[in-house]
Amino acid sequence: MNNTTSTLEGIISQEYQHGFETLVEADALPRGLSEDTVRVISAKKNEPEFLLEWRLSAYRRWLEMTPPEWASVHYPPIDYQDIIYYSAPKSQKDGPKSLDEVDPELLKTYEKLGIPLHERAILAGVAVDAVFDSVSVATTFKDKLAEKGIIFCSFSEAVQHHPELVRQYLGSVVPVQDNFYAALNSAVFSDGSFVYIPPGVRCPMELSTYFRINAKNTGQFERTLIIADRDAYVSYLEGCTAPMRDENQLHAAVVELVALENAQIKYSTVQNWYPGDKEGRGGIYNFVTKRGDCRGAHSKISWTQVETGSAITWKYPSVILRGDHSVGEFYSVALTNHRQQADTGTKMIHMGKNTRSTVVSKGISAGYGHQAYRGLVRIARAASGARNYTQCDSLLLGDKCAAHTFPYIEVKNASAKVEHEASTSRIGEDQLFFCRQRGLSAEDAVSMIVNGFCKEVFKELPMEFAVEAQKLLGVSLEGSVG
Amino acid sequence: MLIIKDLHASVGDKPILNGINLEIKAGEIHAIMGPNGSGKSTLSNVLAGRENATVTSGSVLYQGKDLLALAIEERARQGIFLAFQYPVEIPGVGNVYLLKAALNAQRKHRGLPELDALDFLALVKDKMKLMEMNESMLYRSVNEGFSGGEKKRNEILQMAVLEPKLAILDETDSGLDIDALKIVANGVNSLRAEDRAMILVTHYQRLLDYIKPDFVHVLVGGKIVRSGGPELAHELEKQGYAWISDEGTGVAEVQPKS
Repeated sequence: MNNTTSTLEGIISQEYQHGFETLVEADALPRGLSEDTVRVISAKKNEPEFLLEWRLSAYRRWLEMTPPEWASVHYPPIDYQDIIYYSAPKSQKDGPKSLDEVDPELLKTYEKLGIPLHERAILAGVAVDAVFDSVSVATTFKDKLAEKGIIFCSFSEAVQHHPELVRQYLGSVVPVQDNFYAALNSAVFSDGSFVYIPPGVRCPMELSTYFRINAKNTGQFERTLIIADRDAYVSYLEGCTAPMRDENQLHAAVVELVALENAQIKYSTVQNWYPGDKEGRGGIYNFVTKRGDCRGAHSKISWTQVETGSAITWKYPSVILRGDHSVGEFYSVALTNHRQQADTGTKMIHMGKNTRSTVVSKGISAGYGHQAYRGLVRIARAASGARNYTQCDSLLLGDKCAAHTFPYIEVKNASAKVEHEASTSRIGEDQLFFCRQRGLSAEDAVSMIVNGFCKEVFKELPMEFAVEAQKLLGVSLEGSVG
Repeated sequence: MLIIKDLHASVGDKPILNGINLEIKAGEIHAIMGPNGSGKSTLSNVLAGRENATVTSGSVLYQGKDLLALAIEERARQGIFLAFQYPVEIPGVGNVYLLKAALNAQRKHRGLPELDALDFLALVKDKMKLMEMNESMLYRSVNEGFSGGEKKRNEILQMAVLEPKLAILDETDSGLDIDALKIVANGVNSLRAEDRAMILVTHYQRLLDYIKPDFVHVLVGGKIVRSGGPELAHELEKQGYAWISDEGTGVAEVQPKS
């Protein structure tokens, strides 16, 4: 048994593979946050007045707020005056017109990550809006999408070219005062992605963004807004890796999804930010607010996430089921290894009649990993016929990790049906022995068992992402056995 | 093929095997019988490399190599197969997926090309007929929700696909009704080959009615106390293990004829 434990530890203890830093000259503000910082960011981005005012209102609200302390994560207080709130790769200043104009250093970075932009985009039919640090450096397939009236661009571009849409929808799902980190993001967000699918249009390709945090000590504040108009459909992929570094980095993104009548949004994430080293030094603080609003009847929003990175994750992709007969889904695989901590889950807020939600959460803890599932299911008084099914499974590797489940269920309508199932299991020494006896290496065996555990979630991912996710789990667990 | 010399092993602090000597040649089937707690399963586990038993002294040579120095998967790749007494369930992992991954891991080790999905399926379906298994079992999770009989058949299916050199069947007959026993025995018999040896670990004579061993060994208190031909099993069935344990002395060094 001791041997097996050490075997598991071997696989888990593999080091992060995407640790490198690109040498790109950064155009950065000095450290610290004040009203002036907000004004400078807004000015640098040449924003209209309404957006500056919006940022300032967020900043003022933020000053009065305190960081949430209820999550089951532990970290030293963050000095918000010691963060650089804006940095952009310098080569971006004149704006590359095509990939040829993109800084070769950037392209090399993507290649190291195994995502050569052009090839990957063309081969996979994926339009990539690559966010490198805070400014988008390359956007492909834009023309093809434009033919259908689809807008897929960086947030900054959307502000310049479609201010009316930004004004109408920004903050309509996650208001500036929603929480401490959302308020901070609203004040200082630098860039992100913007998607608008016009009525009746089915987006012909998976939309994808690769986020990357680069320049040192630069908190990254992404802002993503996706709107699917009536009868529209879009599938959006978000994937992330980050370079190795020693100091903790704050990442506080906000993602807002709006689905109008009969529209459908599928949002998939593979998150592999630097988790810190084996002793828990460094790594990303990932404090994200993700929320979707099923605003119209018969609309549907699905979140699928595979979270293997970050030192600390605080994240609850949620769905507000406002429209009658709307559907919310949350499929999650979260892995914590070494000293990683995650407090993650979802909120399903049922407001419309006959609304349905499904939650499938798979948590894997290894090493000294510490993980909590925190999920809220709220059925409002008016939400007659609402249904929720929640399944929440935890898998433990080794005997030093932890998994907790905190379900919150609030039902105010007697016709609602709410189900919650939870399980906790351990990768058995007998399972491992069995697989190895059939000729599989210990690492392949753990990877196979964990992938089996996550199967229900992986089948929700788009094909190419599912393959990537399986590999990622394998890599993240390598070194935990052997 | 396999030479076990004065093998001692403990589980925790407790000595379980107290000097096993056994030689097995290619093509032979050896039955190992014995009462509960005599060390039968520990012997199977030690040969397969399970880490819960610790070898304290003695040696095991397999195809001329020091078996005890090899990792579990190395042993498997060199042709050692253990049919589990209690086959393990792996939720979410398709039976067919495990089989293919296992076969290809072994083929890779032997320098053979990996089988693609089509060739593999053809092979597996062929072997499934032999085990009278329904194809739907391929797509169910490994052993999850399988009946006792299905699990044991699934073990022999894996053996048929992996074609080991030395198969150890740990109480494969336990929990089987007579029909299932016949199917399993039939599968095992079809795998008898000149270049393959088998060890049948069992409590009962019953299995040996269907799979005829070349040798029978009786394990008591971690030692082989008696060896003989198939007739030894019949005698045991009649008289019980007490007959041998009471005799006390007769520790037989086994020298099977070649």
